[in-house]
Amino acid sequence: MAAPLTLLLILAVTIRAALYRSSLADLIAERVEVVSPLTAWKRVVEGLALLDLGVSPYAGDVFHETPLIIYLFHFLVDYAEITFMVSAINDVFVVPIQFRKQKYALEAERYPLDCLELIRSPKEMYYIPLKVAMFYLLNPFTILSCVAKSTCGLNNAVIALFILTTIKGNVLLSAIFLSLATYQSIYPLTLCAPALLYLTQRQYIPVNFRRFSFWWFVAQYAFMYLGSLFVMICLSFFLLGSWDYLPSVYGFILSVPDLTPNIGLFWYFFAEMFEHFRLFFLCVFQINIFFYTIPLSIKLKEHPVFLIFMQLAVISIFKSYPTVGDIALYLAFLPVWSHLHRFLRNIFLVSCVLLACSALFPVLWHLWIYAGSANSNFYYAITLLFNVAQILLVSDYFYAFLRREHHLSYGLYLKRKDGSEATLVLK
Amino acid sequence: ACSNIRGVFLVFFFLERKLWNLPLLYDFQEELVIRPLHSGDIYASFQFRTVWETDFTRGNKVSHYRLFPKSLGQVISKFSVRELHISFTQGYWRTMQWGQPFQPAPPGAELWVWFQDSVTDVDSTWKELTNVLSGIFCASLNFIDSTNTVQPSASFKPLGIGNVTDHRFLRYATLPREIVCTENLTPWKKLLPCGSKAGLAVLLKSEKLFHSSFHSQAVHIRPMCQDWECKTTSWELRQTLNVVFDLHTSAQGKREWSLFKMFSRTLTEACPLASSSKIYIDITDNPEQFEVSPATPLLSQASVLGDRRTFSVYDLTQQITFGTVRSLNLLIRWKSSEGDMLRPLLHGERYVAGYGLQTGEIHTLMYNYHPYRSFPVLLLDSVPWYLRLYIHTLTVTSKGKDNKPSYIHYQPSKDRVRPHLLEMLVQLPPNSVTEVTVQFERALLKWTEYTPDPNHGFYVGSSVISSLVPSIVAMDTNSTRERPLFSSFFPCKEESSYFVRVYTEPLLVNLPTPDFSMPYNVICLTCTVVAVGYGSLYNLLTRSFQIEEPNPGLAKRIANVIRKMRGVPPL
Repeated sequence: MAAPLTLLLILAVTIRAALYRSSLADLIAERVEVVSPLTAWKRVVEGLALLDLGVSPYAGDVFHETPLIIYLFHFLVDYAEITFMVSAINDVFVVPIQFRKQKYALEAERYPLDCLELIRSPKEMYYIPLKVAMFYLLNPFTILSCVAKSTCGLNNAVIALFILTTIKGNVLLSAIFLSLATYQSIYPLTLCAPALLYLTQRQYIPVNFRRFSFWWFVAQYAFMYLGSLFVMICLSFFLLGSWDYLPSVYGFILSVPDLTPNIGLFWYFFAEMFEHFRLFFLCVFQINIFFYTIPLSIKLKEHPVFLIFMQLAVISIFKSYPTVGDIALYLAFLPVWSHLHRFLRNIFLVSCVLLACSALFPVLWHLWIYAGSANSNFYYAITLLFNVAQILLVSDYFYAFLRREHHLSYGLYLKRKDGSEATLVLK
Repeated sequence: ACSNIRGVFLVFFFLERKLWNLPLLYDFQEELVIRPLHSGDIYASFQFRTVWETDFTRGNKVSHYRLFPKSLGQVISKFSVRELHISFTQGYWRTMQWGQPFQPAPPGAELWVWFQDSVTDVDSTWKELTNVLSGIFCASLNFIDSTNTVQPSASFKPLGIGNVTDHRFLRYATLPREIVCTENLTPWKKLLPCGSKAGLAVLLKSEKLFHSSFHSQAVHIRPMCQDWECKTTSWELRQTLNVVFDLHTSAQGKREWSLFKMFSRTLTEACPLASSSKIYIDITDNPEQFEVSPATPLLSQASVLGDRRTFSVYDLTQQITFGTVRSLNLLIRWKSSEGDMLRPLLHGERYVAGYGLQTGEIHTLMYNYHPYRSFPVLLLDSVPWYLRLYIHTLTVTSKGKDNKPSYIHYQPSKDRVRPHLLEMLVQLPPNSVTEVTVQFERALLKWTEYTPDPNHGFYVGSSVISSLVPSIVAMDTNSTRERPLFSSFFPCKEESSYFVRVYTEPLLVNLPTPDFSMPYNVICLTCTVVAVGYGSLYNLLTRSFQIEEPNPGLAKRIANVIRKMRGVPPL
């Protein structure tokens, strides 16, 4: 296990180092699919240059990173490439460790006999960490994001650390990393719910709203989370001595003033929005991300790890400035659910669409911006298609997960009343 | 001839003495300078100066206006203006072919104002002032708002008296897209005491003036000292009009110019309200190469823009100037076309590099043609917010080597609120080209923020290069006593250097555009995608798996319905 992993790491580092030194690095760093106004490395350098000139980086509208990034890169700006590679590798170490903990041993006797083939064997599960590492490190999206030095890689590392500490059961560190992730971009706030569900399960506290122990745990977690968030916000205030960063970072994420094209749905929508309805649709789109937390938590309350996957996917698809780095994060989880493959219905279609769209993005961008023979509608259409494909992928995995659960409870080969083979539908 | 010149000098001397010693409450002077250019074009510069000893700032309302236009006087008192400079220009001044202008101006409209210290809210006063001036000059100055106004920190020091260093009271704005036409000339002419009925202003006919390579009209208001001790201050209003007529379009290719050919009018009298009304023709460049008729015995020498120039003077207040025909039509005819002109020492150019609609680079080139002296220049750049400048990519190179500016003031832009402001003090080495480059990124705007012709592009205002240039020809200190208007506009130091302001070209930059016909479609399609996500998740969350009962055929279902009605068990 260690040897293939080490080999994989060496390969990943080699690919990234080779790309860093080539002329492609500048080209990739300018691609709008890979960097956004929130995560671009060029803007980090610009912010540091403004600080050197004596102007606050938040006085203008170019720099939208949090002050802790300024702290970090003030010292590490020469070692930026190494920083990003370390964060990528960090993800890899973190993600597979968690999935060693599967409930195989606990629940084997509960299932009907014909479901044994649904349960994963230890041999399969042995290779899952390696597969996840491969999926993340060798994913072209991750490589592009790392070579472009997008700070999305750092955000992904923080989320991965949060997942690790949650699975390990460390409540304090889980709260700290979650608040760090929320501080970086607001959306990981929705990961509170799965974190609470997992930690209460681990500590054998039943999730019952009438029980005091549950509320006591929630209060503890909330206190730790809000406390660390408060500390971070105060530290950021002391960096520059002003609250300018709050509208520049969080106001920017929430109110979407910059309409630079990206792979998300927001930019063209708000470029073509009637002024009268702008605020309304802005609120609708932002609430859309937070809105799925409670229904998903209720449905998936026994499976908080899958809930984390679903939440990450919803955030990556519907956030205001998505990049391929965000997509790579939830795509890395897919090997964990490799046992669901027999129930997936649209995987071929979805993967074809995703591949085709990824290839068409640079082509149509070039035609619009450089050749002038296409217009913005072409790029927008591919954006729509890409997002539809992602939504289909996520809902397909959700369907497969629910179906497997159903089979685990009722048996794999179901028969109708007259003995013929039954078909399952959602009703 | 020599004694005549001396006699004339004495007359001027006494007139000037009168101006300096006895404070005149009102004074109006008009003047026209005609300078033939080396390329065969001709440059005519009108200046009308009204000086009025009054105090607008004291609060007592001034109500008796005589020579000073009432509209401008009310503007000064209502908005507590200390200095106002507004110019409307059509065309771009070609420094390398035409030399330095007497009053430089950028293409389009430019307005810069110093307010008095008593103004509490400068921004709202500025907004009201631009709207009022827009009405006075019939120009769309109401488009000046916070997105194209800047507050320079070092350039545009006051040209009148005053010891101010607080740049909070300075505002500068330019509208490069503004077009100048007859509707702007007419209210400008109305501000003159004689209107366009007498004096030099009769030559200002719009059909000839706008049929030129360069046309610039400006109004400058500033306070100045009335005497050497500066015990009393008075207000000076200068209206200037610079026009360059092209050899081929206005003179049909023949190097022969006359007042009638240029303006389709001749002069018959001076403005009766003017204390001095003169025409100066620049005959420095090779006086044997062209002849001027009617000849005049009056000559004047002045140092202007670092160069000692000789002028033939025609005094319109003397009846003898008009001769027997009672009209003056000056004729300038070239005899040969050799000789070269003095190369201007400071020149600026600007262009946009790069391709595509995503990024670009602004290059500003500053030329120093002085053979052995280097001098510092102040470069002011105001770039609109939708071209996002990256200041870490700013490079200044001279002769291939890095040239670090000694002073940089950068104010980054805020989206939809204010533009970028970059001011730098750069030392230009002698006989060199200095290149300033900065990269930018083009923003996608909301569909309502584009102009009706979005593919025309967006204008970026001219850069301003201000400098004290050491002149090659030393200034003659003896001639500072008599100071013609065109040489006293900019302050001159005792040593041989003169103030120069050079404007570069404005830029035209294309931005990526969305499809303007698609707002409803885009809203529908994007909401559909979000609804697809919502629908799939809703289905999976609210429904559960059930075994499907096969659906009986349509015939059987109808039969079952009939059986139910009959009360018979179904099939």
